[in-house]
Amino acid sequence: MAAVQRASVRQQGVSRFVWPISMLAIVIVMFVFYNNIEPNLQTNIANGINDWLPVATFNESMVWIIMALGLNVVVGYAGLLDLGYVAFWAIGGYAAGWLMAQPWANSWTFHLGSPTYLSQAPGIHVTFWLVLIVAGVVCAIAGIIIGAPTLRLRGDYLALVTLGFGEMIGQIAQNGKVAGINLTNGDTGIASIDPIGTGWFGNLQGVPKVLTAFDDTYKLLVLAVLVAVCMFISLRIRDGRLGRAWLAIREDELAASMMGVPLVRTKLSAYAVGAFFGGLGGVGFASAVTGNVASSRFLFSVSITVLLMVVLGGMGNVWGVTIGAVILSWVNSTGLSQFGVQFDQWTGLHVADKFQQNQFLLFGVVLVLMMLFRPGGLIPEKRTKKLMREAPRTEAESLGADITEAEVEDEIALEESR
Amino acid sequence: MVAVASPSLTRIRRKVRLGETAGRVVGVLILLALAVWIVANVIKGPGQFFAALLTGLDNGALYALIALGYTMVYGIIELINFAHGDLFMLGTVVSANVFVKWLGLGDLGAAGLAGLLLSMVIAMIVCALINVGTELVAYRRLRNAPKLAPLITAVGFSFIFQDIGINLNGSAPRNWPITTNLGGPSWNGFQFYQLLLVAGVTLPLLALMSWIVTKTSRGKAMRAVASDQDGARLMGINVNQTISFVFALGGALAGSAGALWIATHASNSYNLGLRLGLIAFTAAVLGGIGNLVGAVLGGLLIGVIEGVNNGAAYGLGQQWSQTVIFIILITLMVFRPEGLLGRRTTEKV
Repeated sequence: MAAVQRASVRQQGVSRFVWPISMLAIVIVMFVFYNNIEPNLQTNIANGINDWLPVATFNESMVWIIMALGLNVVVGYAGLLDLGYVAFWAIGGYAAGWLMAQPWANSWTFHLGSPTYLSQAPGIHVTFWLVLIVAGVVCAIAGIIIGAPTLRLRGDYLALVTLGFGEMIGQIAQNGKVAGINLTNGDTGIASIDPIGTGWFGNLQGVPKVLTAFDDTYKLLVLAVLVAVCMFISLRIRDGRLGRAWLAIREDELAASMMGVPLVRTKLSAYAVGAFFGGLGGVGFASAVTGNVASSRFLFSVSITVLLMVVLGGMGNVWGVTIGAVILSWVNSTGLSQFGVQFDQWTGLHVADKFQQNQFLLFGVVLVLMMLFRPGGLIPEKRTKKLMREAPRTEAESLGADITEAEVEDEIALEESR
Repeated sequence: MVAVASPSLTRIRRKVRLGETAGRVVGVLILLALAVWIVANVIKGPGQFFAALLTGLDNGALYALIALGYTMVYGIIELINFAHGDLFMLGTVVSANVFVKWLGLGDLGAAGLAGLLLSMVIAMIVCALINVGTELVAYRRLRNAPKLAPLITAVGFSFIFQDIGINLNGSAPRNWPITTNLGGPSWNGFQFYQLLLVAGVTLPLLALMSWIVTKTSRGKAMRAVASDQDGARLMGINVNQTISFVFALGGALAGSAGALWIATHASNSYNLGLRLGLIAFTAAVLGGIGNLVGAVLGGLLIGVIEGVNNGAAYGLGQQWSQTVIFIILITLMVFRPEGLLGRRTTEKV
């Protein structure tokens, strides 16, 4: 018995590492392909790859994976529906804007571990890795602040309050000025956020000192490391005491609290961890993908898209959520429009923009169909699968009738109807 | 045993009591701040304030119509019908198309009002059918599923409706050639006839609603299903039909609100439903979700707060209206999660 238990524990320990490491391995293969092989391919093949699977798309999807993993902690693990997750993306993005650029044309100068070429630049320039931690912590605090008033609420009210929080952050970002201080610079946003510096690795041959817009392949590696860390944290927490408490709350809040799970602390930590990931994603996106942060990006539809990734992949399943995020972000950024172009070429019609335009329809239909026919997601979590296999309560049972009695009564009724 | 347990028990009790008092004090302080704000606005510019108040009432009646649909559906199957706001948006699209394109009308004279009535009825029918259809296709199958499933389905329908809106109405806000100025007396930019129009549509609908819910056997069945589905089924009530009926009523109200919106604003856009839906849901929660009178009260209150915020002397202006509404919502959730008129319920096991 003990031996079996130990073996399963060891297996769990291995799986915590296997997933992040296998993900990193896949990304390294992709890196080698894009960095060394793809430029030497025949032009038409290289063009095809650039059209359908450009590196920039994968960079973006890395950020989406981080966001989806964060929301997965809140929705998938703890079962708290959060419809305002974009708020953390925004907060993370603005943290990068404030700490890695020259926001609001101020005259302060502050440097902390930033790449050497920036040493003369005005503004605040803090190294990417420190900003990641700062943004994560700020987001976690924001998550606790928004979580605290919602703790007494039941699930659906929670959804509404988080949604309101997301919309409020969006409106603050758009209006920019709060109490006379220009925080976000409105729709224009904060431009030219520092790219990631490579530090010591910059001394290696072929590695750039800073990852500018032309170094997408190297950015892929950096972002993949972030994703791997998030995956590891997700898996590690899930198997620990806190993760099991989350799952218990998800299955039955009342029963969990009877078993001694502290509801307030457990829920708040779910918010904090989820928001922390959101902050990481926000900084990664602002620094490595767009290089600026503007309010027009922080829309309600982003929250929904992240939720969709979690639902599509399989709530609670890290691997599923990752795949869901990759698929959807690809469809969003290249897949759909590229398919439209291809469709036009095949048929001679001019409907390419229709594909992009009806994205909402696609997403809506996918959401509804998934909920109706595969509520566990593409790769359902083991636990959910088991739950789904259990027979639902019969009508008579829900009325409090004894099962055996109900069965007998059903049989009698059947015979009578014949 | 008793001696050991009692000190800790009293400590817990004291703690709880302290928490409640603190909560009440903060709640009263917020109310006081609100009162001071209103009084300051009245003193600074009385005309401006009351005109803003009346405009707020105008919008509030509209919010009340949408909020009723939310609160009825929530009352009967405990589902936040996320797509309800988008249904309202479809109502604006349908009624505007009927009014302008089919009937070729442009202003709200005698013929215009008759046309408005016709387009409203058509919008009500279309929205009711759509709402019943979604219930049939999706929510009915998910009635025993975990709570998250129908909610996410509703989000999906919201997206589908928005897509229909984009295809029918274009992706940019659309201005319809309708004169919303009814003439008549106006005061500080506020038109009294518009208030009459809104009241003339809203009040009969509300009276009809309350008659259906309180006086008819259908209404009795609705209340029975809301309080206990299984019990109602045992009493011979057709639960599925009753739920469909509620969805039809909610959809019809959303359609009427859509026509009213077109008659008062003369413009719509595909993402209108998101904003209005949020406001209306806030109104429903403010009044106490599941409570019909509460939804109307909440709608009017939110409308007035929004109007004063947008128009009065010390208001923060339109760009902050959503933030103000959500701050109110979140404070309310903290101090009175059951809403103004709702009853405090304990969760059943």
